[in-house]
Amino acid sequence: MEMAAMCGIVGLFLKDKALEPRLGALLSDMLITMTDRGPDSAGVAIYGDLAAGKAKVTVQSADPQSDFDGLETALHKAGISASVMVKSTHAVIEIDAAQLSEIRTVLAEIRPNVRVMGSGESVEIFKEIGPPKDVVARFGVRAMGGTHGIGHTRMATESAVTTLGAHPFSTGADQCLVHNGSLSNHNNLRRELIREGMTFETQNDSEVAAAYLTAEMAKGKNLGEALTGALDDLDGFFTFVVGTKSGFGVVRDPIACKPAVMAETDQYVAFGSEYRALVNLPGIENARVWEPEPATVYFWDHGKAA
Amino acid sequence: MSYHNPFTPPRKSATFDDYTLAEIRRAAATGIYDIRGGGTKRKVPHFDDLLFLGASISRYPLEGYREKCDTSVVLGTRFAKKPIELKIPITIAGMSFGALSGNAKEALGRGATLAGTSTTTGDGGMTNEERGHSQILVYQYLPSRYGMNPKDLRRADAIEVVVGQGAKPGGGGMLLGQKISDRVAQMRNLPKGIDQRSACRHPDWTGPDDLEIKILELREITDWEKPIYVKVGGARPYYDTALAVKAGADVVVLDGMQGGTAATQDVFIENVGMPTLACIRPAVQALQDLGMHRKVQLIVSGGIRSGADVAKALALGADVVSIGTAALVAIGDNDPHWEEEYQKLGSTAGAYDDWHEGRDPAGITTQDPELAKRLDPVLAGRRLANYLKVMTLEAQTIARACGKNKLHNLEPEDLCALTMEAAAMAQVPLAGTSWYPGKGGF
Amino acid sequence: MPVFDLSQTPLRELNSALHNLGSGANDTAFEVVNPRGSHAVAVGIDSPITVEVRGSVGYYCAGMNDGGTVTVHGSAGPGVAENMMSGTVVIEGDASQYAGATGCGGLLVIKGNAASRCGISMKGIDIVVHGSIGHMSAFMGQSGHLVVLGDAGEALGDSLYEAKLFVRGTVKSLGADCIEKAMKPKHLEKLAELLEKAGVKDVKPEEFKRYGSARKLYNFNIDNADAY
Repeated sequence: MEMAAMCGIVGLFLKDKALEPRLGALLSDMLITMTDRGPDSAGVAIYGDLAAGKAKVTVQSADPQSDFDGLETALHKAGISASVMVKSTHAVIEIDAAQLSEIRTVLAEIRPNVRVMGSGESVEIFKEIGPPKDVVARFGVRAMGGTHGIGHTRMATESAVTTLGAHPFSTGADQCLVHNGSLSNHNNLRRELIREGMTFETQNDSEVAAAYLTAEMAKGKNLGEALTGALDDLDGFFTFVVGTKSGFGVVRDPIACKPAVMAETDQYVAFGSEYRALVNLPGIENARVWEPEPATVYFWDHGKAA
Repeated sequence: MSYHNPFTPPRKSATFDDYTLAEIRRAAATGIYDIRGGGTKRKVPHFDDLLFLGASISRYPLEGYREKCDTSVVLGTRFAKKPIELKIPITIAGMSFGALSGNAKEALGRGATLAGTSTTTGDGGMTNEERGHSQILVYQYLPSRYGMNPKDLRRADAIEVVVGQGAKPGGGGMLLGQKISDRVAQMRNLPKGIDQRSACRHPDWTGPDDLEIKILELREITDWEKPIYVKVGGARPYYDTALAVKAGADVVVLDGMQGGTAATQDVFIENVGMPTLACIRPAVQALQDLGMHRKVQLIVSGGIRSGADVAKALALGADVVSIGTAALVAIGDNDPHWEEEYQKLGSTAGAYDDWHEGRDPAGITTQDPELAKRLDPVLAGRRLANYLKVMTLEAQTIARACGKNKLHNLEPEDLCALTMEAAAMAQVPLAGTSWYPGKGGF
Repeated sequence: MPVFDLSQTPLRELNSALHNLGSGANDTAFEVVNPRGSHAVAVGIDSPITVEVRGSVGYYCAGMNDGGTVTVHGSAGPGVAENMMSGTVVIEGDASQYAGATGCGGLLVIKGNAASRCGISMKGIDIVVHGSIGHMSAFMGQSGHLVVLGDAGEALGDSLYEAKLFVRGTVKSLGADCIEKAMKPKHLEKLAELLEKAGVKDVKPEEFKRYGSARKLYNFNIDNADAY
């Protein structure tokens, strides 16, 4: 069956490098505060810097014991120089950026049951069934540093409570999306995107939104332009928080019924489904706090700031 | 010898039948869609397409009238400090003062109270007649919030958050100006005589995550005493039931497309929503998947007419059924006694559905004081109580024949289906087989 | 004065204390600290008590207030003072969407800005916003007054009934059946009264424009079908 997810979403984009070591801890607290909005599953995407020319692939397995055992050696044998770091049901594989497309083919052969959660030069994605506090603990998210991140806690509506049904959805390199709301034209859109060559792992409407943005960016749009296009092409209720390698975007549908609060200081830009998610951030007392306008794209980019 | 061409009689189109043609002409002449009351009039698979198996040698029946067959049920056991105890598993569905006259509301309260069950307010607030004559009164919390206030919230016995109804899942209402009398206007804070447009979504929440917070607020205001129901129209019953439970409902009310409305577009009533029969199993499945069947109670409504319907709904997994249209008929709606007047309105007893016009000869769906006087609330209440008791006895008769000492012990396995459609929708075997569509291994 | 620290005390204890005041109770002034965005703070008040909330609250703060005076020294989440019957609610900061939704009476003062759907389906409440309001405000407003010192967003007063809207700044767009109307002496008088009640100084009623229902949707007409 279908599809939508009702939930809590959070996002944190750091401007102050001094905060970067605390990204995982801050984002974890934000997400745990949103547990009531959806205790079924949770996930985070963390963007961190990597040495030039390197890339990483986050994979997930239902049977991590047998799938991840000897994975590094197996990849070496297949001609991919990789280092594998196992985290519970997920593993982050660091490789040369040049081998990013090759490793998917190799993985499909040597570990057919392993699912790629996301890949790119900076993103790591972790998501599982269970409330945020368990998911955060399982993957050691608190200890992770980074430049920006997004998170999601899910109340499944019309699709299964599974790891794959959890957010964030990643459909392109370093791209991922979390969604609160419910789309109403995703079946048609999914069929169109499939015709354009996109593939889908789930029946989830949010995955359609993620794939739509990926497809639009593949046509040469930047994230801001792709989000603007989404306002015309996606029907239904949505608040999206989206991450790219160096960017962070927020958009709400024109009706803007689903809650959204943002805060900005010299140190960060933060997003939460509710103000509660933001109350532990440093300096929140003096932050500029506002609700994103309907049908308005908000977009920050480290590349531009630098 | 001359040859005569054989005569071909004139042939009318099955697609463009007389009713369709008349409706096209009416739309062309008036420029307005047809608004009416009631539920769907088209034939849909229904409880009539199911039969009980009864008992013989493999099962043992109970003795009628002598051996106990319990009919009571408790609603709101999940979170409410003061759950509701009903003597019979049949309640009166939400119908507004405004749509109905004050006397009609009083009659419903009296009938329900005599039978030991609850009645429900509607889109228009709580009247003193209704509160005074209803031992157990459920207060609806609707998108319009007409007549919503904390005092009535506290003097209600339960709160029903209405998300949708079977006649029009996804739609709001339309009460035409003729029925906005002084009193109705005052209760709803509207100018007299204007069309009242009811919103289709709640003004201050959207979706199950917000609903959870709304339910928290209602519980805090009422100090966690009242059971909180969530009512949905038969649209996507599996998910809607599951989400109502996740959002914290004590009771889920599920209204199929035969469920009535005071007034909405005919096109909506006839073309949106699912038959009641098709709604029950997915909703029960959702409750079972969450481990909440019988813990969060399921009330099913839409086209319930007899004790057999009650027993069948319960066998499919409902805890309670609710009646609206049938209750109105019991107190006198569409009675042949008023045939002459129905004819004057261009209708006939049994077909009258222009409830929104407020000219109901039976004095039920009206705010005209002269017409409303025709309904004696005491007598009408007695008729409703009689009818509720007959339905209960009928359901008990069937349950005993199936060997049950509680109505709620009826099971899907006590049923078979007469048609493939009913077999598929109710997920019970086609009569004489052990198979239904969708079940593998035939 | 009883103080409830919501970082230590469950919400239930707070609301329960606010509801169960015996007649002649001495403590009629309450303070709430560390609300930290909690929902349903001080809901269902039914007596003339005062509640000072120190910090920002979540959804439905002061919901269904009937006679109380609630001041939030911070910002408020969605649905603040929803369905208020009487009394006063003051938000020192901003208010999220649905502020004062379906309110039947009383006064809601927002010292900052209010987001979308401020005064949606209002039924007699008076709302004074010192800042600006978002889109779809006063949607289906039935009665009461919405006073905005700043600007109004898109579709102000869509499908309006008899609520009266006063805006001092610009209106991005008017909703279906909402029009600008003449400001008569009785409106200026009412506006002056509301401004004074809301603690607004140095602003004259003459600086506002009045908006109300064109009453074209009051009885169905096929030629208005686009507006439905």
